[in-house]
Amino acid sequence: MAHLSIPKTYKLFIGGAFPRSESGRTYPVTDAKGNFMANAALGSRKDARDAVTAARKGFGAWSKATPYNRGQVIYRAAEMLEGRKPQFVELISTSRGSSVRSATAEVDAAVDRLVHYAGWTDKLAAVFGHANPVSAPYFSYSAPEPTGVVAALAPAESPLLGLVSVVAPIISSGNACVVVAAEADPCVAITFAEVLATSDLPGGVVNLLTGQPKEMGPHLAGHGDVNALDLTGADDELRTTLAQLGSQTVKRVYVPKGVPDFAAAPGTARLRAFLEIKTVWHPTGALSLAAGGGY
Amino acid sequence: MSSAVTKDERPDTLRLLPPHLNDVTVDESSLRRFLHGLPGVDPVGVEERAAGLATRSIKKAAKLAAIDLAISMVDLTTLEGSDTVGKVRNLARKAMLPDPERPETPRTAAVCVYPDLVPTAVQELAGSGVKVASVATAFPSGRSSLEVKLAETRMVVEAGADEVDMVIDRGAFLAGRYGFVFDQIQAVKAACGPARLKVILETGELATYDNVRRASWLALLAGADFIKTSTGKINPAATLPVTHVMLQAVKDWYAETGQQRSVKPAGGIRTTKDAIKYLVAVNEVAGPQWLDPYYFRFGASSVLNDLVMQRRTQLEGHYWGPDYVTVD
Repeated sequence: MAHLSIPKTYKLFIGGAFPRSESGRTYPVTDAKGNFMANAALGSRKDARDAVTAARKGFGAWSKATPYNRGQVIYRAAEMLEGRKPQFVELISTSRGSSVRSATAEVDAAVDRLVHYAGWTDKLAAVFGHANPVSAPYFSYSAPEPTGVVAALAPAESPLLGLVSVVAPIISSGNACVVVAAEADPCVAITFAEVLATSDLPGGVVNLLTGQPKEMGPHLAGHGDVNALDLTGADDELRTTLAQLGSQTVKRVYVPKGVPDFAAAPGTARLRAFLEIKTVWHPTGALSLAAGGGY
Repeated sequence: MSSAVTKDERPDTLRLLPPHLNDVTVDESSLRRFLHGLPGVDPVGVEERAAGLATRSIKKAAKLAAIDLAISMVDLTTLEGSDTVGKVRNLARKAMLPDPERPETPRTAAVCVYPDLVPTAVQELAGSGVKVASVATAFPSGRSSLEVKLAETRMVVEAGADEVDMVIDRGAFLAGRYGFVFDQIQAVKAACGPARLKVILETGELATYDNVRRASWLALLAGADFIKTSTGKINPAATLPVTHVMLQAVKDWYAETGQQRSVKPAGGIRTTKDAIKYLVAVNEVAGPQWLDPYYFRFGASSVLNDLVMQRRTQLEGHYWGPDYVTVD
């Protein structure tokens, strides 16, 4: 009997599960030549709300996990992505019409990017924390902590590498995120969600919504339980609107300078954008005086 | 009595039973005959109806009205071994001012505490119109002698509780000793004096809907002002189908006797969505005259946070997070 190929339904990724949009809406995705590729879920306001609720739940366990453990999980995601390389190469080259060679280069770079941020998890405190020299009998130190729930708009260019470059720095420091995938590339994003779902990442740490950033962005930017925004994937007009909405609940807002080059070395700006620095002053008494010293 | 009589105070329901129900309670065997003669509950039907009503969509102005009504029906409850005077004080303040940034938010119906914390609650809530409810009668198991149960009831009423939440002896009920349970409820009701009596059936331990219906009628016959689902210490606590059966009981009771009694689901109601589902059930099963904090209450604590957050969402057009309300 001849095999009948089963076309895949691309759904959302919320709280570790793959639900359809609450609204029941979908939109057709086309490849580079304009041919129909698949139907993807058209996320709604309520999907965004559900994703934030899931992210808040996921944040609890993820932010309390040891940095070592977070590094292991993100490294595991790199392993899983490596194993699915042919699938991603095919998806990217079909949807973008790019050569197999450049698609392969993008997947390789995405794996490297995950490994890069897996290495960062247990070095954040050492690099961004300090023992502060203070002129009083205190031991004062500053340590980085995750900001909380971050809503991000994934960039339209480099569907996989761009998405990974946005998500990995957010979660490596212990944040949870709600990411609106690039509107034209939901298939790559949801297939990446399958990678995350099989990487021991606790449910809710990464939530992926597909659909229109213009529709869901404002609800995320105005949401009181979202602590920060990453507006990488928004155009100038949308950035202004969302930043204004975000200011009403005093969110951190990250906007990259210029057009980001995801193929280049990532730097630390994205890591630093979603860290809070907590400073502790611990009294040491007058030890230095007893030892014959002075302030 | 500590708390002032407020304007919405209803006269105590007339306790006289109609003649055909008078015979029912004369002895244990007629009580059993009556309770077992009640029509059986169709479990599939009641669950289907509960699930069907739960799909109703309440939006905009109706949702805001439902949220305000639900807030005014909350019995804000803390029943932990670790409760302190400070925690009860904070809870009382929250009951009087659920959302400090929006002082027009309605107050909750009552604060529900353990017996030893009644004086604290009474002191904090004096003059506010928020009632003080106390559990009594060896809560949550109800396993003690009648003397102890009555002594505890008198203690909380003397301390100023407006409402007493008693538990029935589930062991006796399940063993079929209906007369024993009936007498205990009646004795506690007498000890309550002016305080309203809520009878906790602990439906999670009653096993069948038929038992829930029988226990509801038993409590109503014995003089319960409220029938309440659960203690909150047993899983499952309140569920929609169980509340349906109890709402049917008070509705039938009203039809038989003309007395309007009250219902209180407790435990497991955590979100605004849950609360609104219950309000729909009250309207559809019992009737709109039960949509009143005097006749319907929610035994809950965390649901108030969600109600307050959803209220702000409705008024300000964007979602709120727990960073902006007190979480206890």
